Amino acid sequence: MMARDPDDRNPASKPRETEETDTTMATAQLEDELITTEVETGSTERAGRPDETVVATTGLTVHYGDDQALWDVDIEIPVHKVTAIIGPSGCGKSTFLRSINRMNDQIDGCRIGGELHFHGKNVYDEDVDPVALRRKIGMVFQKPNPFPKSIYDNVAYGLRVQGKDDEVDLDAAVEDALRGAALWDEVKDKLDESGLELSGGQQQRLCIARTIATDPEVLLMDEPTSALDPVAASKIEDLIDELVEEYTVVIVTHNMQQAARISDKTAVFLNGGELVEFDRTATIFENPADDRVEDYITGKFG
Amino acid sequence: MSTETEHDLFGDVDLKWEHAKNRLFLWVIFAASMFGVAMLALLLLDIGTDFYVGLTEFNISLTDFLTRDGSRREELSGFRGAIVASIMLMILTAVLAFFVGVGSAIYLEEYAPDNRVTRLIEANLANLAGVPSIVYGLLALAAVVNGIGTGPVLMAGAIALGLLVMSIIIVSSQEALRAVPDSVRNGSYATGATKWQTIRGVVLPAAIPGIMTGTILALARAIGETAPLLMVGAIFVNRMPSGPFDRFSGMPTQIYAWAAEPSPHFIHLAAIGIVVLLTFLFVMNGLAMYIRHRYETEI
Repeated sequence: MMARDPDDRNPASKPRETEETDTTMATAQLEDELITTEVETGSTERAGRPDETVVATTGLTVHYGDDQALWDVDIEIPVHKVTAIIGPSGCGKSTFLRSINRMNDQIDGCRIGGELHFHGKNVYDEDVDPVALRRKIGMVFQKPNPFPKSIYDNVAYGLRVQGKDDEVDLDAAVEDALRGAALWDEVKDKLDESGLELSGGQQQRLCIARTIATDPEVLLMDEPTSALDPVAASKIEDLIDELVEEYTVVIVTHNMQQAARISDKTAVFLNGGELVEFDRTATIFENPADDRVEDYITGKFG
Repeated sequence: MSTETEHDLFGDVDLKWEHAKNRLFLWVIFAASMFGVAMLALLLLDIGTDFYVGLTEFNISLTDFLTRDGSRREELSGFRGAIVASIMLMILTAVLAFFVGVGSAIYLEEYAPDNRVTRLIEANLANLAGVPSIVYGLLALAAVVNGIGTGPVLMAGAIALGLLVMSIIIVSSQEALRAVPDSVRNGSYATGATKWQTIRGVVLPAAIPGIMTGTILALARAIGETAPLLMVGAIFVNRMPSGPFDRFSGMPTQIYAWAAEPSPHFIHLAAIGIVVLLTFLFVMNGLAMYIRHRYETEI
């Protein structure tokens, strides 16, 4: 955040930084300024498009053993927009994200209740194969997790396991995906090198390239920048802004400024797994309906 | 601040005795760790002397030793039959134990649910690893040599050694699979891979150096095993085996047979045989170290 390109930071946003570090000093005037600045950076022309739901949940609950991690979540995630999920640690935001592509199925003792619809189909129905679901809903993790393979094989992996490597020109698909993840220029001369040789930020973009190579409809991102330095993080943010033209992006983030900058809609999870408010990002940051959300946004807790 | 006051500052702290204890302890544990090395050096020195004496005083030619089969006549005796038999044993043992061992490890690490049956299997594997090698020889004797009625053939020895190393291969393969981080597995699942695709495409390639290292070390242990081969009757043979269903004597059993002879010439043949066997062991251990070193930076 600090290292975000100095050119596009307008002077008005400067007080915001001091305010973040010392929230007790927040005055109404500063807060006003904070909010207007953030909403400006976050909103683009795509905010004007009508919302068409791609993922919707009704009464979604998740239990890990005896612990309930999500309480009756109802949400409608719009297509071709960035939906941010924010909230304090342990509020169930990653749990919610992982339940969209059924990655929670991998966890022993995890039980899911309620319904989660993808294009109107409940993905927890008996006849839905989670492997097929994950081919339509890709995921990028908090810690970059490239495979111990070459850069090329990392990107081609999804196409190969999905049996698409015969249908498409693999070299071209790999190049497209790497360009899509803004990594091509950095790695085009060393596609044979191990993906683990790259820097953390490059590894994360490699993971994004791996995910978009198979052209899923939805990209789930679980705090994709939290393990990265600010420069690498801002590159990922810029990338998300481009990716949303083609994909629906759902991003979990710890960083409220990031949510405000890049998202169209924001969901706030609080109280150990409750979706407290879900609305346009501008509304959430400017004029939240729930007092607890306002307290959280302004840094009074969490 | 003057140096004098600095000096006085710690004057009340006497650490002389504590430091002395520190040094004493260091020497004791250093001596303990050198004990094994010293013993190995003594052993090698002893073998080396016998090896040298055998070559010079008994005029044993290394070329003849390596190209002749065993014989009742000491001056005509060689090691070729035993070397070939041991190499065949290793190959058969590896084939028999590797796939079953790695398969079990994949099942236990990747598929097996955490229930009583799994825990029973794991406990039995730990027990198997502790079973004395002669018992595997007995098993092969009862089940293969006498049970199936093959007689004391090389395949029976390979089965005994295969059973012996299987538990070691399973445990080392399990460790190699466990060392593959879950984040990599999740990355594969999230790309829309099935469980088998994930294991084949990501987990096994990452674990294979560890699995290979464990397998080679297990085989290096098997090549020196004498008792199971004696049990299946690998003795009183000194020619090269023609195939897996021929009678045989491996390197350790040949050394054993020579060492039991009263003639000093045979004893020194045994010493040279030991050097050859140790060379095989060092080469296998070196190969395992090379593989581990070559691939350790990958993850």
